[in-house]
Amino acid sequence: MSAHTHDDVRKHLKLYIGVFLALLVGTAITVYAWTWHFESVAVTITVALFIACIKAFLVAGYFMHLMSERKTIYAILLTTVFFFAGLMYLTVWSRDQMPRGTTYSVGPNPPVPSVGTR
Amino acid sequence: MEIPYTVQPRADTGLFNAKVGIWLFLASEVMLFGALFSSYILLRVGANSWPHGLLNVPIGTFNTAVLISSSITMVLAWANMKMGNPGLSRIYLGITVLCGFAFLGVKTKEYYDKFVHYEVRLVDGTVTDGHIKERSGDFAIRGFKAEKGSLVLEPLNVLHANPGESMADAMARLPAKERYAHHHEKEMTIEASQIRWISNYTPKHSPYFAIYFTLTGLHALHVFGGMIVLSYLFFQNRLAFARTQTERYTNRLEVGGLFWHFVDLVWIFLFPVLYLL
Amino acid sequence: MEASTHAAHLHDVHEVHHEHELSFWQKYIFSTDHKVIGIQYGITALLFLLFGFSLMMMMRWQLAYPDHAIPVVGGLLQKALGTEMVTDQILENGAKVPGVMSADLYNAFGAMHGTIMVFLAIVPLAFAAFGNLVVPLQIGAVDMAFPRVNMVSYQCYFIGGAIMLASFFIPGGAAKSGWTSYSPLATVADLGHTFNGQTFWIIGMVFLITSSLLGAVNFIATIIQLRAPGMTWMRLPFFVWAQFVTAFLLLLAFPPLEAAAVMQLMDNLVGTSFFLPSGLIVSGAPANISGGGSPLLWQHLFWFLGHPEVYVLILPGMGMVAEIIANNTRKPIWGYKSLVYSVLAIGFLSFIVWAHHMYLTGMGTKISTFFQTTTMIISIPSVIILTCLFICLWGGCIRFDSPGLFARAFLPMFGIGGLTGLPLGFNFSDLHLHDTYYVIAHFHYVVAPGTIFALFAGIYYWYPKITGTFMSEYWGKVHFWLSLLFLNLVFQPMFAQGMAGLNRRMADGGATYAGSDTVVGIAPSVLHANVHISWAAWLLGISQIPFILNFFISMTKGRRVASDNPWGATTLEWQTPTPPPHGNFTKPIEVYRGPYEYSVPGHTADFTPQNEPEKLKHA
Repeated sequence: MSAHTHDDVRKHLKLYIGVFLALLVGTAITVYAWTWHFESVAVTITVALFIACIKAFLVAGYFMHLMSERKTIYAILLTTVFFFAGLMYLTVWSRDQMPRGTTYSVGPNPPVPSVGTR
Repeated sequence: MEIPYTVQPRADTGLFNAKVGIWLFLASEVMLFGALFSSYILLRVGANSWPHGLLNVPIGTFNTAVLISSSITMVLAWANMKMGNPGLSRIYLGITVLCGFAFLGVKTKEYYDKFVHYEVRLVDGTVTDGHIKERSGDFAIRGFKAEKGSLVLEPLNVLHANPGESMADAMARLPAKERYAHHHEKEMTIEASQIRWISNYTPKHSPYFAIYFTLTGLHALHVFGGMIVLSYLFFQNRLAFARTQTERYTNRLEVGGLFWHFVDLVWIFLFPVLYLL
Repeated sequence: MEASTHAAHLHDVHEVHHEHELSFWQKYIFSTDHKVIGIQYGITALLFLLFGFSLMMMMRWQLAYPDHAIPVVGGLLQKALGTEMVTDQILENGAKVPGVMSADLYNAFGAMHGTIMVFLAIVPLAFAAFGNLVVPLQIGAVDMAFPRVNMVSYQCYFIGGAIMLASFFIPGGAAKSGWTSYSPLATVADLGHTFNGQTFWIIGMVFLITSSLLGAVNFIATIIQLRAPGMTWMRLPFFVWAQFVTAFLLLLAFPPLEAAAVMQLMDNLVGTSFFLPSGLIVSGAPANISGGGSPLLWQHLFWFLGHPEVYVLILPGMGMVAEIIANNTRKPIWGYKSLVYSVLAIGFLSFIVWAHHMYLTGMGTKISTFFQTTTMIISIPSVIILTCLFICLWGGCIRFDSPGLFARAFLPMFGIGGLTGLPLGFNFSDLHLHDTYYVIAHFHYVVAPGTIFALFAGIYYWYPKITGTFMSEYWGKVHFWLSLLFLNLVFQPMFAQGMAGLNRRMADGGATYAGSDTVVGIAPSVLHANVHISWAAWLLGISQIPFILNFFISMTKGRRVASDNPWGATTLEWQTPTPPPHGNFTKPIEVYRGPYEYSVPGHTADFTPQNEPEKLKHA
């Protein structure tokens, strides 16, 4: 199938093991970075997601053979990624556009309005 | 006439049918988990405060390592089948399934730990969380209130807060490093009348646990589904079908493996987002 | 044209080498043949269409004659659904007549009418039924890429439909929070029962979504992988392109709704607060929940599907209309490339317009401007498609038969629907029109005289290929003219009602807000239109009887086709025996030309099939 003949696979074995070790190292780095407990939320998120993206790229690219697939799969995935990004970004942007200080938790002792029962 | 390209790839796409099918399915799964992740973001951004330190990071790290290992064994199972070593392939496939079992077992223990962990907010504003060592015979929880009786709590944290605030609200005022420290305070005996709000860590406790259980629960269901498929392939390895139609069987390993790697991919994002952020 | 090779049974023509005798169950119930599955989808969907229509007819009675018992079926309704849902009308003499719709029942019927029409009738009919029947044939394939997945997808649809139907008969009745199931109402509407109609709705939706996802994977894989040799992308019939884009919309837009459905299910059953905000007051008391959720989250996730869903409703119809117009005018469709690029653009853009359903949620101006802009942009490819189809008619040799009538009527009807969507797409005008009858009129114009006309056209057109007989032309025309008349009589007044301020989803039809000489409110003439609309709706229902009878009677009594290609069409589904056997084509297919080679100058025949080899061309 596509680029995977018997010999190709044998050559790739070292690569797969290498990716595996890289993933383990990535996990260790993520947890270690977490122990620093940054005060800044932005830094925490950036560091965590950056390493996660690298790990994801390794799994998708090598374990899932994406590096050797042709246009068709890329087209499907790029379309998906675009819509996924749209869903995330637009939803959060809409939240961001709400009046300052809007939260969904009202805080202690929300006032009970004096309405009658139905 | 047979359906073409079930085993041999089509020239212009370079793919056999099932591979197109599984990638399309994975695309829809990206949208499914994406919707849950965007819900997570929305809920967290809209929350007064978000709990920290409630999930066990060493256990989560262990589970991450388990899934990563299962991914490499899956690749090796497929690679060995391609290289003509069905026996070795079967062993790797078996290890993959066992890793799945280990992951789910650890997850079950994690869930159980949450179900026996209670957060208690007292009328005077004290918030505390921990395990219930013993409870009086007439003690019962209805909704988020305790009707009568008393309980003895082994608290992990005891914080002072304004009446009506949650543990997360109180913790939010602490510096970042303090939030992850687990103390072990001395036992407290609490009467039902002192309790303003009590709940164990279940989905109804807060949006934090609601989204945690939903995301990890859906992921665990996918792990379970993947394990069923891989177990089926494990047993199929020994059958005549795998010996005579080797290429078709190898394709099934590849397609099943793609799903399994996706499950691993989701966890690669789930772990930092839920446990570390 | 080949002589008819009409086969009485599906299995005994030009057999395939692996054929073995299949039992009745394997051939007709658990079949993996795309044609059988297509018919299964079609019959089931048409039954749901009828059921959803009946719900509406009963609702219209309540709107026209509130607090009067529904004639004929009133007693039956009360027996089936209980006295809480269906109350009694008390006459002057004190007698009680059963059959008055309660407000809860009106809401339940309204929610289920929408759900059934969208998810159980139109999408399965337009996408799954016609898609299964026609697409593999049109691309020259033997079957779909994954026949067993195909069978499972029908079974999931069937189970989902059964669950939806069952929800009418459980305590508390069916879901009653609109087909949009907005939280928190969806969670608190029926607190008396845990496994209530809304729970059934959610579980049913999970099955339906699964069915659609499996179908979408199947269609896309089939179109990518199983095109016959010579069938390049730009030689595909436009119907296949439309189905391809529709499948992508279903594939990528449904999962967020599935996630949201799971979350709402947890809100209902487990007590989470995904969509329930803090401080929620239910029946005068604070709700016993953790709070912290967002009702807006449900709306975002729902409409992320909801908007692509409406394009799912229209695109297969556009595809069918293109096929029929080309055939009916004996001309190639005008602007094939424009049509293809437009349908791709629509598919792409449909994912980033969804919040135009949410203009009134208090979103900021920046974000509503964004969605307003994308909404306006998406109208461009829609207009391009409509314009191309209109231009097709110029200089055509038009045949006035039933498929052609329905296909051509689609054009102005969809035009009205589309144009009336523009005030809804702008947030300033939508402020006035949101949640009024104007919206109802707009989307019904697009779907009812729009998509459904396209589907009728498709049924009249492809019927001879499956049954070997024509449907009656006379009754087809009766069906057409009556439907056209009554559909317009039903929905035209609703534009005026909406602009006058009549809100939707009111069980009393707006009587509470009636105005008078001294009270500001809805004008009496606007409210009285409810009666006219209802009568038009019932007459519309009666107009469907000729169609139903025609459909069944023509199978045996209809005029036999004289050949396998009675309409003289160029596309591949007409180059097979009637009905196509298992395996579809009697010999391997190779495609030599585009799909609309009609009236090519210099040829004696006025059409050339796609698979006819070059050397048979007459000079």
